[in-house]
Amino acid sequence: MSDKLVFRFDVQGDDFTSAGQASVQVKKNLRQLGFDTEVIKRVSIAMYEGEINMVIHAGGGTAEVSVTEKYIEIILEDKGPGIEDIEKAMQAGYSTAPDSIRSLGFGAGMGLPNMKKNSDSMEIESKLGEGTRIVMKVNI
Amino acid sequence: MTVESLAEEFGFKVLTMPSPEREICGAYIGDLLSWVMGKAESDNLWITIMSNLNIVAVATLADVSSVLLCEGVLLDDEVLALAESKGVNVLATDYSAYEVAKIISGAV
Repeated sequence: MSDKLVFRFDVQGDDFTSAGQASVQVKKNLRQLGFDTEVIKRVSIAMYEGEINMVIHAGGGTAEVSVTEKYIEIILEDKGPGIEDIEKAMQAGYSTAPDSIRSLGFGAGMGLPNMKKNSDSMEIESKLGEGTRIVMKVNI
Repeated sequence: MTVESLAEEFGFKVLTMPSPEREICGAYIGDLLSWVMGKAESDNLWITIMSNLNIVAVATLADVSSVLLCEGVLLDDEVLALAESKGVNVLATDYSAYEVAKIISGAV
């Protein structure tokens, strides 16, 4: 198998002016690689939601996108507070975002559900006080 | 219908239109960004009152053909410049989202 192509990004915490930049860049890269528009949309939406979550809740983190022959893998890692109740967090409409975030149009409780919806597999590892690691795969 | 013809036909203000030939197919109304990302379809016209910087990334990622700001909402210069540089069309109108939906119904 050929070497996989990897893109890495640092996501700044509490910086809504640059939030989404990594996802937009990934979208551009995937488009240049000639991927199907639906695949590109799913990857970039899943990643954007993850990016925003890291900005809102975790003080930033890292995003890594790997392109393999069969799927595109997105790994999001942060050293934030962790997710207390993953099952609850996965429910559409459930949000712990503060009002200041909601006034920007975020915090609708659709982030994690959108990530699940736009990926073919999603695994969440989270430890309170240590951080969260999310691995999503989108089949090509 | 293209973004340019839509603006002309319904008298919407053009705040920035880097991709005038983009075709509009259907519309989505919403202000909560994750809902828009989850529900808007490619080539939709996105009708909203949300005008902060993040709408540019959402419009790009959701691949809508244009943003239409209602209720007289406008963009500040920073957001406008970003939209222009990312190729995101932004129109504006004094109509409410409901009124816009009524008048453009059937046209997109």
